[in-house]
Amino acid sequence: MLLIDCPYCGPRAEIEFAYGGEAHIARPAADVSEAEWSAFLYLRDNTKGVLAERWRHSHGCGRFFNALRDTRTDQFHAFYEIGMPRPDVRDAV
Amino acid sequence: MVEITEGCALAGLPPMVRLVVQGRVAALDAAAASLGLEAPPPMLRVASGIGGSALRLGPFELLILPTWEARAGLDAALAPVPHSLVEVSDRNVGFLLEGARAADILAGLCPLDFALSSFPVGMVTRTLLDKADAMVWRTDAHSFHVEVWRSFGPYVEAQLREVAKGISFSLLTV
Ligand SMILES: [Zn+2]
Repeated sequence: MLLIDCPYCGPRAEIEFAYGGEAHIARPAADVSEAEWSAFLYLRDNTKGVLAERWRHSHGCGRFFNALRDTRTDQFHAFYEIGMPRPDVRDAV
Repeated sequence: MVEITEGCALAGLPPMVRLVVQGRVAALDAAAASLGLEAPPPMLRVASGIGGSALRLGPFELLILPTWEARAGLDAALAPVPHSLVEVSDRNVGFLLEGARAADILAGLCPLDFALSSFPVGMVTRTLLDKADAMVWRTDAHSFHVEVWRSFGPYVEAQLREVAKGISFSLLTV
């Protein structure tokens, strides 16, 4: 079980959270081309290493927040509020 | 109160007025002031004033348990600021879990640490009790106010009794 540190509630068990996919993907304007729109909907980096991703404390405070997680080890490096810039964390196993 | 194991009793709480306020700082401040509080409680804490209790379940969310008299004042206090005020009195059912083993019984359904040092009196949070969303509020060292959505009530009560049965069994065999 992962221990996830909600920026509002502190460390909680993984079962209280819902995964929200890759973070920092900006929604384009409505009049972009279909290719750009489909890239927004479907294309992800599939990172091997430190990934910025969204989580929601769905069985707690209900808020979305971001986390940096190493996809190779499941180790979390940072938790931060939506709207904050991605923290500078080097790729390290 | 029904004793569900040695050192723990369970009771259903009577109907009460429950309101959810969502909004930014100004809305939470206004709601707290209308209950006679100086400020909204910090995250995961409860504050009680003459007008009732405010439970900080989220950074932009309070569950308000107002006295009957304070109920009407809440609308007036919130009117000037952007907010959402929803009455959920009938959505939830409340339980009172009381006794020296109350924390152990909750721990049988939830991975939170219910030691007094990590879950002190006056702390409240939403969490999971087995598979059901629940709100747990420690009102005293050995007493908890537990709320769940109404349809989860019978399930959560059955789970609490099941854990209590296990504790009773271990008391007999130790
Ligand atoms: Zn949270």
